[in-house]
Amino acid sequence: MPNPILLVENLEKRYEDVHAVRGVSFSVEEGEVFGLLGPNGAGKTSTIEVIEGLRIPDGGRVSVCGLDPQKNPNDLKNVIGATLQATSLPDKLRVGEAIRLFAGFYKKTRNPDELLKRFGLEEKRNSFYNQLSGGQKQRLALAMALVNDPKVLFLDEPTAGLDPQVRREIYTIIEELKAEKKTIVLTTHYIEEAEKLCDRVAIIDHGKLIASGTPRELKQASANTTRVEVRLSKPASNGTLRNLDGVVDARELDGAYVLHCQRTAPAIVALVKHLETENNELVSLEIATPSLEDVFIELTGRRLRD
Amino acid sequence: MRTILTLAAVRIRITLRNKTFLFFSLIMPLAIFFLYGSVFAKGKPEVVTYLMGPILSFTVMGTFWGLSMQLVTWREQGILRRFRLAPIAPVSMILSSILANYVLIVPTVIFELLLARLLYHVTTFGNLTSVFILVILGITSFGAMGLVVASVTNTMQETQIINQLLWFALIFLSGATVPLAVLPRMVQRVGLFLPATYFIYGLQRAMLDQAQLWTLGTVLVSLIVWAALAIFMSSQLFRWEPEVKLARNAKLWAAATILPFILLGIWENHNGKLLATAAAMMSDRPTENAPPPDKTR
Repeated sequence: MPNPILLVENLEKRYEDVHAVRGVSFSVEEGEVFGLLGPNGAGKTSTIEVIEGLRIPDGGRVSVCGLDPQKNPNDLKNVIGATLQATSLPDKLRVGEAIRLFAGFYKKTRNPDELLKRFGLEEKRNSFYNQLSGGQKQRLALAMALVNDPKVLFLDEPTAGLDPQVRREIYTIIEELKAEKKTIVLTTHYIEEAEKLCDRVAIIDHGKLIASGTPRELKQASANTTRVEVRLSKPASNGTLRNLDGVVDARELDGAYVLHCQRTAPAIVALVKHLETENNELVSLEIATPSLEDVFIELTGRRLRD
Repeated sequence: MRTILTLAAVRIRITLRNKTFLFFSLIMPLAIFFLYGSVFAKGKPEVVTYLMGPILSFTVMGTFWGLSMQLVTWREQGILRRFRLAPIAPVSMILSSILANYVLIVPTVIFELLLARLLYHVTTFGNLTSVFILVILGITSFGAMGLVVASVTNTMQETQIINQLLWFALIFLSGATVPLAVLPRMVQRVGLFLPATYFIYGLQRAMLDQAQLWTLGTVLVSLIVWAALAIFMSSQLFRWEPEVKLARNAKLWAAATILPFILLGIWENHNGKLLATAAAMMSDRPTENAPPPDKTR
């Protein structure tokens, strides 16, 4: 493996009564877009904020560009850029002032005006922060994260709470950064975001990293199965469904049954026959190739947006 | 240093765009100015001169409101979190807010002095160098007190309550509203523990007795030590995020910043001449409303 620009080993983070991060390890190479995927409260933000030096870890080791966030916080802050999940600026600060203000904090900076232009905020230069829409605020946050021309960019839930159109705008921006070979670490609970943007994804749940790899690898690890989701008129037991011909795994999920089938056609035939004998009926049936969501369900037994 | 200047410049701009600030930093001080000048002093130059100390003290001491509220709001709204991502030390956040306050408050002080001269025909402000150095020290130390308050409070409400309590103590027990010399003996004794008392006394000595800086040693040293302690403590207790819990002894440490005035208060209560000097300054220029100094002493 080439030299990782970011290395996290056995990271632990506890809050008073919550063990938020439990021995997470991963590494990110230069130029890579790495995603931490998991439901809310999985420990993604805690992980990323420890890496940014905003939180003190309770164990483990973090190195970003060879720097320890606790020992060299200011050196670290000079080489990283970040957007936070919940962040804000003073209401009466103008867009142009905000980016120039932050440019003033760093040794090395990019041209603030060019950044505003690039993120489509040129016309908003003289607007107050509280006059911006959600999407504009997020674009400003991204522009500000780039003002020190960082080596690594951390984006914590970059599209959470934005409407679909704005979300696509942000995707385009991240894809452009990716094309420029910027190293990016992002957290998300949107599957499509991870699939679309990330070179590699780590799935994190209950503070533990439960799988990682390229989206394709993760999907392949789902054992070349097809996903069949059925709704039935009466409840059936998972055990009997799991024993059907061609079915590898069956789970109940939100009132439906998700079957992972190695051979789809025989599995469906077996299912229909089984339902007839049980006096049960098929209400709906969907067949899909597995998505990252299925990988997640397979690993955790839950949907991401639980 | 560049960080502090950059931050201070932005703070000044944001504050000037804030209507609440304009009310508290310009309208209210001027209201006090005219109340004292026209109603209490009835426009008599020598009485206005006597009251200029209290008038300026309102303008200067009021700075702690703005600083504490801004810090708490910025923390509550997640603005400090964003600043924390940049290489900024807590002490830069603190010093920049005090620096910004010099720029925001000193013009009001100058404006009040000019108005006193033009409207009430006050001919002398005593030793202006001493006055300005005291004003700068006052902005620093009372501002730092606001930052100490903000470092131990979690919400706007909590901050408001503490600010109110401090404010009333500062203005009613120190000679800012009723001259120290006419306050009841008990109140005077309590007043000797308050920084405001020394600040107003210093301003009046500079204005009425043309006091040179070095003759105001006690006042200067106590304000400087207090400011230094408060700045140090507020940078130690600085919290970037609302979720961060206060250290167990934080409130105790915050309260400890007032130590110089506890010591000074004890000393003044036993050996000090401040009350006598204050009474003398007043009897030289009796106001129409205020009775003569307490004769029972």
